[in-house]
Amino acid sequence: MLLIEDLKVELAGNEILKHIDLEIRQGETHILFGPNGSGKTSLLMTIMGYPQYKVTQGKIIFKGEDITHLPVNERAGMGIGMSYQRPPTIHGVKTHQMVRICAGKEKEVDVEGLAGQVNFTDFLGRDINDGFSGGEIKRSELLQLMAQDPAILLFDEPESGVDLENMSLIGTTIGKLLQRDFNIDPVRSQKERKKERTRMGLIITHTGFILDYITADKGQLLFKGEMTCASNPREIFRCISEVGYEECVKCAI
Amino acid sequence: MRNLEEMASKASDKKAALGPDIDLASYQSSPVPHDYIEDLTSLSEVDKQRMIISGVDAQERERCGTFVQKDTTVIHSCSKQEGIEIIPIRKALEECDWIHEYYWNLVAVDADKYTSKAELDLHNGYVIRALPGSKTIYPVQACLYIDKDGLSQNVHNIIIAEEGSELHIITGCATSPHAKRGLHVGISEFYVKKNAKLSFTMIHNWAEEMAVRPRSVGRVEEGGLFLNNYICMRPVKSLQMYPTTHLVGKGATARFYSLLVGSPGSEMDVGGRVFLKAEETKAEIVSRAITNSGNIIARGDLIGEVNGVKAHLECRGLIINGGSIHAIPELTGKADGVEMSHEAAVGKIAQDEILYLMSRGLSEDEATSTIVRGFLSVDIPGLPPQLKAEIDRAVEASDKDVL
Ligand SMILES: Nc1ncnc2c1ncn2[C@@H]1O[C@H](COP(=O)(O)OP(=O)(O)OP(=O)(O)O)[C@@H](O)[C@H]1O
Ligand SMILES: [Mg+2]
Repeated sequence: MLLIEDLKVELAGNEILKHIDLEIRQGETHILFGPNGSGKTSLLMTIMGYPQYKVTQGKIIFKGEDITHLPVNERAGMGIGMSYQRPPTIHGVKTHQMVRICAGKEKEVDVEGLAGQVNFTDFLGRDINDGFSGGEIKRSELLQLMAQDPAILLFDEPESGVDLENMSLIGTTIGKLLQRDFNIDPVRSQKERKKERTRMGLIITHTGFILDYITADKGQLLFKGEMTCASNPREIFRCISEVGYEECVKCAI
Repeated sequence: MRNLEEMASKASDKKAALGPDIDLASYQSSPVPHDYIEDLTSLSEVDKQRMIISGVDAQERERCGTFVQKDTTVIHSCSKQEGIEIIPIRKALEECDWIHEYYWNLVAVDADKYTSKAELDLHNGYVIRALPGSKTIYPVQACLYIDKDGLSQNVHNIIIAEEGSELHIITGCATSPHAKRGLHVGISEFYVKKNAKLSFTMIHNWAEEMAVRPRSVGRVEEGGLFLNNYICMRPVKSLQMYPTTHLVGKGATARFYSLLVGSPGSEMDVGGRVFLKAEETKAEIVSRAITNSGNIIARGDLIGEVNGVKAHLECRGLIINGGSIHAIPELTGKADGVEMSHEAAVGKIAQDEILYLMSRGLSEDEATSTIVRGFLSVDIPGLPPQLKAEIDRAVEASDKDVL
């Protein structure tokens, strides 16, 4: 479970997150909406533990432990994983090597097999993120998360810039990762499968496309650094589409 | 006929154009005898280990010939493949007439006091020659080893890839653990003839108090390819070299790659210079320098003399823990239509790259070393897998020292 209480965050001396309360329970996936610059990426980076995002108030609890001041790699070790909006290029570090790093030291990983699932086999020999197109970055990030297999997956706009064919690939893969696919299971009923769901997700989206592929438990709207409302994700999306963020915030308050 | 000795004598005090001046008189040069060894596995474990890290395998696995010189004496020299000749240079000078067409033909004997020293006080060195059309499957390995403390080792090497041949050489230079202070003067002349391919990979493992002054020049004829890799990742007191290559035949190509790591107290001044003198010639110089408190000057100089040549220079430096990197890329175009470019970048490891790797589970140290290793892993097209593996191994081995 991820619990964020009364969080304030500063970046380069500016308060970019003013008041965040958020609770993602075991097995839940939330959708995070908000206009450009509202602080969505900042929130994910803060949860991941990027040191430039300074928590000035409040705390982050994960699996019952206060992780507010834990370094990034220890959070990764506890099962927090992130798909980035703009990941850096690392020259000389190949994509297949990166996938192996994600899997951790002990785990054997079928890099080719995983890459095949997201149509990324041809990129394994390239330096990570070097010249990747917008859509390719999304598949690369997803591939890394598949290998990493974290308990909570933070997706920063997993579908922006993705073409139609790859969209369904990415959508269904994310669904699987979050244990939200509805394949018929000979042993367990859908209800049982839902109960067994453990993975958590927090997905940033502008387009709402991802909602065509996965179900989500809640939608959150971030506006000017404040988490304003939490309700049905489709409802928030409709509201934003029809009356805009500002109105939507008002109706929530 | 040139009087080499006379020319050399006149230059015996001539300071080099670059690099700190070295007092030659403070080193000994008298011969150090060692027994010839038939089977390299009978070398001491310590020597073997030092050679292995320089890419020289005592069991000669996946090698097509070996040359080993210890101090001033050749202790092993043999070729295992037809068409590949490996001859100690003193022997060649006595027995082979043809050697005189090559000896001091590219490097000027009176260039500076070091070239002078190598002529007046030559210990030995190797001549490696691939006969016309012969192709090595495995590389030839050569090792210049310094065991005696305080020695000035003066060698001269000549490498000839005859027409249509393919030759790969890995050469390791190293010191034994008890040779702390010394000087290595190494002359190398490379002849790559028509349509021949030569790859030359040099791995240096010196000691903290070593001074090193290689002097090398290559000439590449029509359709020839000269691949030159240089790796120096261990401490060295003072290293200065500026190998030069002349591309004299149509379509000749030279590619230089160097990987340098500057440790505390190390001064390195390393460059590469290529003259593109014929049509359709191509040159590429790529260097990666990392400093951990050492001082590195990374030079590169490309001179395009005829229309339509292509050349690129790339120099990247990473400062890990103090020290300096001075990148000096130079381009000179002397004709219309030359296509020449360079890029240089010097900086520290980007924090966002470290954090990205940490968010995938690596510790900060692991992330840093992954980035450093990546930085040093340049793709070198045309290099045989054994040599690629040796370079990777050298990078791997230096990794711990760097961090
Ligand atoms: N280094 C920085 N210094 C100052 N302000 C910054 C810095 N980096 C980001 N910001 C600001 O922080 C605010 C929040 O940015 P963030 O990236 O979290 O927005 P976002 O909601 O993810 O937007 P988008 O939808 O465009 O991705 C923005 O106003 C941004 O300009
Ligand atoms: Mg963003």
